[in-house]
Amino acid sequence: MTAETAVTGSTSGAAPPVLEVREIGKSYGSVIALRGVSASLGVGEVLCVLGDNGAGKSTLIKILAGAHEHSEGALLAYGQERRFSSPREALDLGIATVYQDLAVVPLMPVWRNFFLGSELTKGRGPFQRLDVQAMRGTTKTELARMGIDLRDVDQPIGTLSGGERQSVAIARAVHFGAKVVILDEPTSALGVKQAGVVLKYIAQSRDRGLGVVFITHNPHHAYPVGDRFLLLRRGTSLGEFAKRDITIEEMTRLMAGGAELEALTHELERPKGA
Amino acid sequence: MLRRPEIGAGVAALAIFAYFSATTQTFLTAPGVSTWLYSSSLFGIMAVAVALLIIGGEFDLSAGAMTGTTGLIVGVVTTQWGLDIWLALLLALVIALSIGAANAVVVIKTGLPSFIVTLATFFILQGVNLAVTKLITGSVAIQGMNDVPGFGQVEWIFGSSFSFLGMNLKIAIVWWFAITALATWVLLRTKAGNWIFAVGGQVTSARQTGVPVMQTKIGLFMTTAGAAWLVGMLQLFDVSTVQATTGIGQEFIYIICAVVGGCLLTGGYGSAVGAAIGALIYGMTLQGIVFAQWDNNWLKAFLGSMLLLAVLVNLYVRRRAGVRE
Repeated sequence: MTAETAVTGSTSGAAPPVLEVREIGKSYGSVIALRGVSASLGVGEVLCVLGDNGAGKSTLIKILAGAHEHSEGALLAYGQERRFSSPREALDLGIATVYQDLAVVPLMPVWRNFFLGSELTKGRGPFQRLDVQAMRGTTKTELARMGIDLRDVDQPIGTLSGGERQSVAIARAVHFGAKVVILDEPTSALGVKQAGVVLKYIAQSRDRGLGVVFITHNPHHAYPVGDRFLLLRRGTSLGEFAKRDITIEEMTRLMAGGAELEALTHELERPKGA
Repeated sequence: MLRRPEIGAGVAALAIFAYFSATTQTFLTAPGVSTWLYSSSLFGIMAVAVALLIIGGEFDLSAGAMTGTTGLIVGVVTTQWGLDIWLALLLALVIALSIGAANAVVVIKTGLPSFIVTLATFFILQGVNLAVTKLITGSVAIQGMNDVPGFGQVEWIFGSSFSFLGMNLKIAIVWWFAITALATWVLLRTKAGNWIFAVGGQVTSARQTGVPVMQTKIGLFMTTAGAAWLVGMLQLFDVSTVQATTGIGQEFIYIICAVVGGCLLTGGYGSAVGAAIGALIYGMTLQGIVFAQWDNNWLKAFLGSMLLLAVLVNLYVRRRAGVRE
């Protein structure tokens, strides 16, 4: 159960993984931000990307989301090698990223947020107008499919809880054709209860056949919902593990840097008999 | 309360209406009503346009002076240079829209607050209005509009009156109602309206979801300039003269009307109907104080109090919507 047991390629039979990276890396000038990272994500799977601050998580997201091009290795979507030069290209392949700020406008109603930038209209020319009824209805049903029951989609999205807002953002990505959702630290700003709500929706998305990339620095959030775990540290991979191959304790130990944590524990212990 | 930005203003308008109707002889008579409706209409058209701009997260302090600029352009080119009146109208509109677009481009390209950028435009327009008018006409007002060929036809559009329920109403009131209805429709029932709320509410989110932020803001500044042109024409063809100082000092009144009508100064929330009601409150008070024969200076004190009250109510609304920065 060391980094050597890391798996590359899909383990779920014939279908190629929806998203895969092989020995991928990124350098900004002479600074190497990420190096030699391999991982894969199948249909209906949750891949958790774990790491401390500065481990390279955000660089990896940016590559997957199409915000930054990778400089080494290969990125594969549906088994085909790709090179994204803009987020639009990733989106067109159904890879949607939900960033921490969620891209919502707090004072606008839930349904207006849901369709912002992709509004449904009816009528022609100067009589073109919003199809309010259709948008309200779709928002309600899409949210219901995620297990969110809103009494009123007309309430400002700012009045929803953090977990609910996160879920609306996920539901929006799914409605607009996402097959893979990349969630950037969706639980980090939330309390225990709200984080639980988000984890439930991640499981729900997985059960609907989506691939989920879940970025977090909290093993306790990742472990219950994840199928695979990619551990990053200082820009390199500590390996990709299937759930059966790793325990939560070991994950915590690896993330914190094993020996370093042990040394710290030793240092912090009360001196005996003093 | 949270859903309807205009409710607070509506209640205040009713109270003011009831108060002046009960305490003065003139307020509720036919001439009285047409006086305060007309007064409200000119402020109302501007307040509605300015409200859209504020909802979109920007200000335009040059809007008041612009009403003077457009009137002066038409006045100068027709009376001094004999340009066809229809061409003069078009010319003034094109210049107004260009200044609006220029305001927008400077604001967006530099990232400077629109408050500062349009303050500069305001001073430029104020100076140019006076200097150029004096240079060309030798005085600070336009005379002789009545003799311009075609004045009568244009006057029918901008300066005529009609009777309704025994009142002699000016056409500006119809323009005010039409503009308010149109703005409400755009705001609540079109894509552009959705985008206005979004760019004012959270511009980064708007950008991330693919809203054309730049076009939306340019459109808003041009709308305000276009409204200033309309009000400039309504004033010019009502009294057939225009002073070089027209509109100066009114930019804040438009903003106050919009805020009293429920617009958040920070953007992202408000309504066109609210702004129209804000202007109605202003118009009723302006004339009501005259009818009641009070010292006119009470108007400013009243205006300040209304603004403070409205801002407090708006703050409460914002807190309740749980907006976290």
